Amino acid sequence: MRIKLPLHAMLVAVAMSALLSSGASAQQSLKIGLIVPMTGPFASTGKQVDAAVKLYLAEHGDVVAGRKIEVLLRDDTGVAPETTKRFAQELVTNDHAEIIAGFGLTPLAFAAAPVATEAKTPMIVMAAGTLVIPQKSPYILRTSFTLPQQTAPIAMWAAKHGIKKVYTIVTEYGPGIDAETTFKTVFTANGGEVSGARVPLNNPDYAPFIQRAKDAKPDALFIFIPSGEGAAVMKQFAERGLAAAGIKLIGTGDVTDDDILDGMGDAALGTITSHFYSAAHPSPENKAYVAAFEKANGGMRPNFMSVGGYDGMALIYQVLQKTGGSTDGDKFVAAAKGLSWMSPRGKMTIDPATRDVIQDVYLRKVERVNGHLYNVEFDRVEAVLPDGK
Amino acid sequence: MLTVLFDGIATGALLFMLALGLSVTLGIMNFVNLAHGAFAMLGGYVAVVLLKGWDVPLLWCLPAAFLIPAAVGVVLERTLYARLYGASPLDQVLFTIGIVFVSMAMASYFMGAQHQIIQLPPFLGGQFHVFAGFDVGVYRLFLIGVCGSIALLLQFVLTRTRFGSRLRASVDNARVARGMGVDVDRLFAITFAVGSGLAGLAGALGIEILDLDPTFPVKFMVYFLIVVAVGGAGTLGGPLAASLVLGICDVAGKYYISEVGAFIIYTVMVVILILRPQGLFGRPVVR
Repeated sequence: MRIKLPLHAMLVAVAMSALLSSGASAQQSLKIGLIVPMTGPFASTGKQVDAAVKLYLAEHGDVVAGRKIEVLLRDDTGVAPETTKRFAQELVTNDHAEIIAGFGLTPLAFAAAPVATEAKTPMIVMAAGTLVIPQKSPYILRTSFTLPQQTAPIAMWAAKHGIKKVYTIVTEYGPGIDAETTFKTVFTANGGEVSGARVPLNNPDYAPFIQRAKDAKPDALFIFIPSGEGAAVMKQFAERGLAAAGIKLIGTGDVTDDDILDGMGDAALGTITSHFYSAAHPSPENKAYVAAFEKANGGMRPNFMSVGGYDGMALIYQVLQKTGGSTDGDKFVAAAKGLSWMSPRGKMTIDPATRDVIQDVYLRKVERVNGHLYNVEFDRVEAVLPDGK
Repeated sequence: MLTVLFDGIATGALLFMLALGLSVTLGIMNFVNLAHGAFAMLGGYVAVVLLKGWDVPLLWCLPAAFLIPAAVGVVLERTLYARLYGASPLDQVLFTIGIVFVSMAMASYFMGAQHQIIQLPPFLGGQFHVFAGFDVGVYRLFLIGVCGSIALLLQFVLTRTRFGSRLRASVDNARVARGMGVDVDRLFAITFAVGSGLAGLAGALGIEILDLDPTFPVKFMVYFLIVVAVGGAGTLGGPLAASLVLGICDVAGKYYISEVGAFIIYTVMVVILILRPQGLFGRPVVR
């Protein structure tokens, strides 16, 4: 350990002795490093997660198992893995964060994973959705979702409801390729036919891709794009008259993200998606969650990213109660395995085998409810495994 | 096929309006203005605020999206840019890229980092069917119409009016023009304002197609620079031709070979610049 100033040296010595003598003392706060993009193109993810974490603390108090929780927020600005990694390192070594959490996109989770492994620090992935993420470190736990898990149900649904030919458009990065592969595998196994294209990340204009999809004359167009880009797709879908040409729009819930859905207008009506969370999920837990979230954030509607953050905190609290406040990497992960609780999204479980999330996935249709657009659930696939099986 | 061509022309028309101001400052005033995209973004946000906050119809937002960036352009030109006209290109680049970052931070602070979504009036939405394989998007047709009329108007001003002839004289040789009693500074200020205004207008028109967010000036800087490099700076026909070529290649590339679609325009640029280093219409460098 490098020590620059005498003052730091003293602080470090005090902190060390406190750690050594009593393990965890009541006075010493437990720091959680929260790394999410708060600015840049994916700022919506960070804002939702941050708001949910704050809400959880406000609702459940900031003391758990005798330890005071302190959240240190860091903004990694979007697709900047080196920034994420630097923050993770600084949080663990300089700020003595005992848990790191957040991670808005797959490459960012990958960048932080080695830090978690080396420091044996529990790492809670609250947003990123590529299947392989938890394999990158034995200390990763995930409370969001995986793309295969979200994609398989809509592929099954399409195959069962008279859709024979599907054109897929996915963004060309981890989750997009996960979604495309899963859709193709499940849909063709059920007798369907798939063709498609990949769109570069940060693509400004979807028009040529949507036109190509229209000219391919499929029964349905399957879309995966990062959360926040749905509106651009929806516009082109409407402008080019795909609905009139008899093409259904289907996808994972990223396209009809609750955060921006209401601004999409009538173009989004009738879109069918499969996803683990809708702000319109009709459970008492969710109604309370949405009301509290909107009240605390000036009417901002919670989306699926927020639930990942909220449940990330729920996981941390429950594990700390089990471990008596210890954040030792191995103990923490062991205590988390198999935990199961009622979230605003419905029942969720931490899979003991993969440290990933097992949850119900819903089929939803965009409808107008009390003048606002919502994803209204009409069917449910229970306890879907992380790999979509 | 024809639909793809049509979409390409619409994209090209938009690029032309976006890049025209840059071509003017670079070609006419010899000033490397990387902050050009910031004016386009300003125009876009002006339209968004008027549309969403004040419920102004889109067609009335467009003049405002021209006038406000133009006014800001004049102010900045007189107070900041004018000091750097004689400076080295490096100073100009550093200065204008600084403006880009300031503008991005301000946009983020005031408007938030999210994409802006607007609703078009119904008469500009949808497509109409001409014949099999050729559908025309109403909004894109409108875009082409607006850009076409502006190009014609500019051509008329440049070739048929006194202002135009003075401007051309100043471009050809600012020193002699000054000697002949032309107020070159004033000309440049007006030209700069018009260029910024056009960018603002294009920014507003482009919200629907290009996605407006605070990274706009950086995201599209490359496109502007390609248009100017390929078209040759300082003319009207050059950027127009370059924009159309790039727009069509971009859309067609994404449509036909989507795996590499995003790289097509760079390939086109490299090929054109190898064949004609001075750009499509640029005059050979004689300096």
